[in-house]
Amino acid sequence: MTSRIFGSGIKRREDPRLITGQAKYTDDLTLPGMAYMYVVRSPYAHARIRGINTEKAAGMPGVFGVFTGKDIAEAGFGNIPCAWIVPDSECKAPPHPALATEKVRYVGDGVAVVVAVDPYQARDAADAVEVDYEPLPAVVDAYQATQEGAPILYDSVPKNIDFVWRVSGGDVEKAFEEAEVTVKDKIINQRLIPNAMEPRAAVAQYNAGMGELTLWSTTQNPHIARFLLSLVTNIPEHKIRVVAPEVGGGFGSKIPLYADEIVAIFCSKKLGRPVKWTETRSENYLATIHGRDHIQEVELCGTRDGKITGIRGKVWANLGAYLSTASTGVPTILHGLMLSGAYDIPNIREEVIGVVTNTTPVDAYRGAGRPEATFLVERLVDLYAMEINMDPVEVRRKNFIPPFEDGHTVATGIIYDSGNYEPALDRALEMVGYEQLRADQANGPQNGKYLGVGLCTYVEICGLGPSQVAGAVGFGGGLWESAIVRFHPSGKVNVMVGVSPHGQGEETTFAQIVSDELGVDVDDVEVLHGDTDQTPMGWGTYGSRTTAVGSGAMMGAINKIKEKSKLIAAHLLEADAADIEYADGKFFVKGSPDKAKTIQDIALAANVAWDMPEGVEPGLEASSFFDPPNFVYPFGTHIAVVEVDAETGEVTLKDYVAVDDCGRVINPMIVEGQIHGGLVQGIGQALWEEAVYDENGQLLSGTMMDYVLPKARFFPQFRTDKTETPTTVNPLGVKGIGETGTIASTVAVYNAVMDALQPLGVTKIDMPLKSERVWQAIQASKNGG
Amino acid sequence: MYTPEFDYVRANSVQEAVRLLGESQGAKLLAGGHSLIPIMKLRQGNPGKLIDIGRIAGLKGVTRSNGTSRIGALTTHAMVAASADLPGALADAARNIADLQVRNRGTVGGNVAHADPASDLPTVFTALGATFHVTGPNGERSISASDFFTGMFTTGLADNEVLTAVEVPVHASGTGSAYAKMINPASGYAMVGAAAVVTVADGKCTQASVAVGGLTPSATRAPSVEAALAGKALDEANIAMAAGEVENDLGGDLLGDMHAGADYRKAMAPVFVKRALLAAAARASL
Repeated sequence: MTSRIFGSGIKRREDPRLITGQAKYTDDLTLPGMAYMYVVRSPYAHARIRGINTEKAAGMPGVFGVFTGKDIAEAGFGNIPCAWIVPDSECKAPPHPALATEKVRYVGDGVAVVVAVDPYQARDAADAVEVDYEPLPAVVDAYQATQEGAPILYDSVPKNIDFVWRVSGGDVEKAFEEAEVTVKDKIINQRLIPNAMEPRAAVAQYNAGMGELTLWSTTQNPHIARFLLSLVTNIPEHKIRVVAPEVGGGFGSKIPLYADEIVAIFCSKKLGRPVKWTETRSENYLATIHGRDHIQEVELCGTRDGKITGIRGKVWANLGAYLSTASTGVPTILHGLMLSGAYDIPNIREEVIGVVTNTTPVDAYRGAGRPEATFLVERLVDLYAMEINMDPVEVRRKNFIPPFEDGHTVATGIIYDSGNYEPALDRALEMVGYEQLRADQANGPQNGKYLGVGLCTYVEICGLGPSQVAGAVGFGGGLWESAIVRFHPSGKVNVMVGVSPHGQGEETTFAQIVSDELGVDVDDVEVLHGDTDQTPMGWGTYGSRTTAVGSGAMMGAINKIKEKSKLIAAHLLEADAADIEYADGKFFVKGSPDKAKTIQDIALAANVAWDMPEGVEPGLEASSFFDPPNFVYPFGTHIAVVEVDAETGEVTLKDYVAVDDCGRVINPMIVEGQIHGGLVQGIGQALWEEAVYDENGQLLSGTMMDYVLPKARFFPQFRTDKTETPTTVNPLGVKGIGETGTIASTVAVYNAVMDALQPLGVTKIDMPLKSERVWQAIQASKNGG
Repeated sequence: MYTPEFDYVRANSVQEAVRLLGESQGAKLLAGGHSLIPIMKLRQGNPGKLIDIGRIAGLKGVTRSNGTSRIGALTTHAMVAASADLPGALADAARNIADLQVRNRGTVGGNVAHADPASDLPTVFTALGATFHVTGPNGERSISASDFFTGMFTTGLADNEVLTAVEVPVHASGTGSAYAKMINPASGYAMVGAAAVVTVADGKCTQASVAVGGLTPSATRAPSVEAALAGKALDEANIAMAAGEVENDLGGDLLGDMHAGADYRKAMAPVFVKRALLAAAARASL
């Protein structure tokens, strides 16, 4: 019998195929008669299209066709919808055609498509498409875009303000009026490029005889893609199959429905051939969503003795040129509602202004809104600690929400599920050697190097989420999950899930759960996902929801299997079902465990159905749907230790400790992997990563030669630990862990660098904290700054 | 990333490569391909024809004789990093070029012939006073480092010549060299690179050769620094003072980008010259 493997760090079952090159990605797919498409993209950030001449390109060797947005509209295709329109914010959804027809609004906006025999000929012919542009002034900065005289992207979006969303709780005005201490900051969460290892790709195959479409696509949520595709293409949803083969990471960038998939479908339908599109890395930088890009003017108030009484802020969130699928929810619901952090803060208010600019659309990137919220809170807490001359640890302790097991309502109106914040803080302080570090720091710089320690005690919202809430906050879909557990005659099991993991490891963790609960070997369980024809409806993998919500559905199906198995076991053992007990995969009459039927016995009996109990259907399969009653709220403490070389401004990360609480842990190795990956991306934001546009809207950091993707050698060995505070919102007590790394680490490292620079009088540098900026800040401070 | 259409031909000898170069206007030699192919994929250039010299025998490896080491043009950065016969500065630089994959494929000859201002090896070869051996239609000739690196992406190589080897001195006892760079965290290239070679006798510097790169259009000797070191003890104070002189040698045309502006690079030049000199001096005294 298998032993219990919940909580065991077994190796990921996905990895052998991934690391031996046997995994099959979208681009690995080749179909007979397949053509290749290349999208002609605007070199201008803002321009009117006077005309497009496709004649020359159409005559190039190997070209099957060259099309424009006009052709797509004439084929009856609609615009690309934004699927998250935040309510009570006068949110506008300007039209987003798959290929621009009248105006281009960012560098990379598609204007035409070439389909050819191979990708080289498609690429060559693309150069022959003649587009007559009338360049217009562009605006890339969200704040500047709202100012008088700024270029306007849409007549329907005055001042480029797409929405104004507000959250408030308590009496903020009064709190600030009466405050003993107020600190303020202007924080810029710079724009980031997600950089999934696999760029986006699609293969579209329209079968005219059946009226059916199959789309293989690098998506994190095939069922959402199918739903949205049916709206855009007018191909009915039941005639669309969306397959996400192996997907090489997404980090949110593969949630949205993109123009390129729509164009590929149009081309396949038009030409009667399968059409493949694979973006190049340079295209990925232009045409796949970016993340963050948030300007925050924020204030915190409190008492002299360390009690925080209020937070208020105003945010300009850059949405880019078009509203991407989940774009408006990220800087609002996933950000503004989290401004209480891990603290009891009675008065909170924020206004978020969503702004369109001549830049690549911005949408959910790992953390999505929560890193921006956490940065805001945790930076202000440090500034406050400095102002009242209190250790940042003590300020945090003093304001922590006391332990709670079943719900705590914060001023923004949301209810945290469970939390116990001090043990994680204590453990992290112990691991990093906090007292010793402060003692070392008191000795002053060594060899011109300044030591800094930075904390982040975060709480985040994930495990999206209750569908009722999704509807209430303007999300255009549900957020429940479903699963089917199917036993085959041989006792092997398939689990079909609506979630769509692409690196998170649920093929392993879900199999662990099935193995434990039903007594089958983990290798006898295959978890199937990512194919709308093969799996039941689900809303996909993002928002650290796959395990938190998906496992709930799977547990429902597992319990149904157990119940049915008891009936069959009772029949086979000639006993009353009420007398049947279940343990470790065996069903037996109470008191007689030696005369047991294994789950494999029952699977065979149920599948051959020679001798079923009366009224019981053949087969051993169950399906279940799960809609959680609340989100989950993981939390923890991260501590960064840095050294700043005052001579060059170079920051070196010396140590990093992460103590996270994601409830019960199914596989600690996978959890650790998720944390490590998130840390690299979060620390990347603090120190290196930045998408840079010039004032004309050209992306200067357009390749990996200029965009600083962190390398392994930039980091010390991360040190992680956990506390376990289960949630009550799902059967297993699990919370999400996919995003805590990016949520906590950016500000932990930022706080550490500012802590190091405190003796030099530096309190503020815009991210990323590249050497030049740090050096300049030190120089400015030396010169009386 | 798709290159434009181009022809490909393999040369089996240096002479054949020279002949093919002479026959094809604009053709480029392909060795490791680590600069050329990305340029073509980004469609920033299309030579129309590539002459692959990657399999020509005898151009790969390091050989030592009579106080010099000869580095074949096809020698990879990884081989340079692993060679015991080469000056410390060269190993410092080669070890930190890009990543392992690039070091295993990228070649010394390709690197210097491309003459990227942010590349490490030109700076090191300039400080070492290397000699560049080339073959053309009229036979062999050699070019000094100062005549080889003539500007940004330009060299003293003629269009119909093939670089075959770079020759560097073997350090005698009392001589040490080192390379220090401020690395571009995105590309791994030098934002500021400094190479130093010093000879010490009786506790005094008898000879110094210093070059900087990354911030100048091509590798640049620093005679002011060298002069300031002459006859001095190589202690930290003297080195720091001499390194400060590098400002006088940089010229007016300084490079900068979004990672590090020209002013910052200029301010960092003395820091990295100092670091290179300190390391070189320590090796000289071993």
